[in-house]
Amino acid sequence: MHYDVLIIGAGMSGLAAGIRLAYYGKRVRIVEKHYRVGGLNSFYSLGGYKLDVGLHAMTNYVPKGVKLSPLPKLLRQLKLKAEDFGLCPQRMSVIKFPDTSLRFNNDFDFFVQEVVDNFPRQADNFQKLLKTIFEYDELNLHAKPISAREVVSSIISDPLLSNMIFCPLMFYGNAQENDMEFGQFVIMFKSIFCEGFARPQAGVRQILDVLVKKYKACGGELKMRCAVTSLKCANSRVESILLENGEVLTADRILSSAGYVETMKLLTDYDSSKFNSHAGQLSFVEFILVLNKEPAEMGYETTIVFYNNSDIFDYRRPDGLVDVSSGVICCPNNFQFEGPLPEGMIRITNLANFDLWNRLGEEEYKAQKAAWLETTLKKVVKFIPDFRDSIVFTDIFTPKTIHKFTGRINGAVYGTPNKIKTGRTHLDNLFICGTDQGFLGIVGAILSGISMANLHVLQKG
Amino acid sequence: MTKEQIKDTILEIIAQIIPDEDLSNLKGDIPIREQVELDSMDFLDIIMELRKRYGIEVPEDDYIQLATLDSSVAYLEPRMREL
Repeated sequence: MHYDVLIIGAGMSGLAAGIRLAYYGKRVRIVEKHYRVGGLNSFYSLGGYKLDVGLHAMTNYVPKGVKLSPLPKLLRQLKLKAEDFGLCPQRMSVIKFPDTSLRFNNDFDFFVQEVVDNFPRQADNFQKLLKTIFEYDELNLHAKPISAREVVSSIISDPLLSNMIFCPLMFYGNAQENDMEFGQFVIMFKSIFCEGFARPQAGVRQILDVLVKKYKACGGELKMRCAVTSLKCANSRVESILLENGEVLTADRILSSAGYVETMKLLTDYDSSKFNSHAGQLSFVEFILVLNKEPAEMGYETTIVFYNNSDIFDYRRPDGLVDVSSGVICCPNNFQFEGPLPEGMIRITNLANFDLWNRLGEEEYKAQKAAWLETTLKKVVKFIPDFRDSIVFTDIFTPKTIHKFTGRINGAVYGTPNKIKTGRTHLDNLFICGTDQGFLGIVGAILSGISMANLHVLQKG
Repeated sequence: MTKEQIKDTILEIIAQIIPDEDLSNLKGDIPIREQVELDSMDFLDIIMELRKRYGIEVPEDDYIQLATLDSSVAYLEPRMREL
């Protein structure tokens, strides 16, 4: 079977690329090895509850009518309406360090005022930082990478403020330990602070349903449980694609959202020494707690807490299984929904070490999950009302779980620290989209799929 | 298609891509992107729509020819005359 384009992976970027290509008449097939779409932003059901992976909140929320920001851009590109995603804005989020808190909502001026109130001596410097951010062209695919830590510390002279700004930006989309590429910093800063958080009432399912329906309506083919075994190369091209079910396909071009190293590993002439250093190291453990009441009934109205137990924010792969000294506490109920969600829920995310989790035997793995749940709960009830008596169901996923369902090396949810911004590989017809191309988060992943489909397929005729 | 019909077609395509913009005062000799909020991704969709609807191929190097409404009509006229 021959296709104009074969897309590997039915996550946000693969589906978005698929919609663009199918809409403009390309013969497209998406192959997905899991039985479910979504990739790093997927969902599952357990214990009668509908649970999300990945999505705490969608970033880049802007009210209807704003035209030139990423969210409306992607809606236009996918021929979707703002209502299709059913996004409901957050209530209030907060960055909590030992003696200082910075609140933010979807009104950027509110955040600026919080910074000024808490760091009056940095008020001018913060304005300078904003000027630097707004003048930077973060979408230039050929920009030289520069260190965000260096840029920010050269402007903001109080390291506490600098660390507090970095905390949510790193947790929500940074593949690099302790530093961030400045372009990535600008993207994340705008998407979280200038724009903001929102969530569809039905969670990530709603986004994925809309994308799958649109893709199929445009005539795209989607094959589930259909893993790629290998990509056969010759003459600087991928000549054919062998699937796990034995089928052999050919395609003019291949867009892979499987990850850069993960994709290189599929090549028949794969040379591991060339690519292994690209593998990402950062992964997370997530504790999902279902409650017998809405958190608001306990007086808890905050949407997301980014906490850190010291003035220095240390964002790196922990030496132990989990690092509870910093984390993210998300309450999916605390968005401005039309009606209440079916149950109360709290999700806690902490940095975790893939190798250590992966090494555990089955019994020990279970025991460690239970033990770390207790540890993290003890920690987080310092930041939010003690909800431990209200927990009726718990599920925990680890870097090992992420690796199992997404195929990501090290369960690295933000992929490689060395982004392939142009999407190009050493093969003429193989391109990378999604997390490893460089745009992160759900909106970023969708934009990545769109821009790679535009750049490498549609513009080429 | 006549020149007038080609112009209307382009305007109709732009209206479909950015439905909230007022196109009634669009000047023919000034770049379209200076007059309405149309980014490079939207601009690509004008070219994609021309291909989808009429099978017209505009090579990447010729995108510049579609900068203004007048230059678009001039560029497309030989390609759309027979439609």
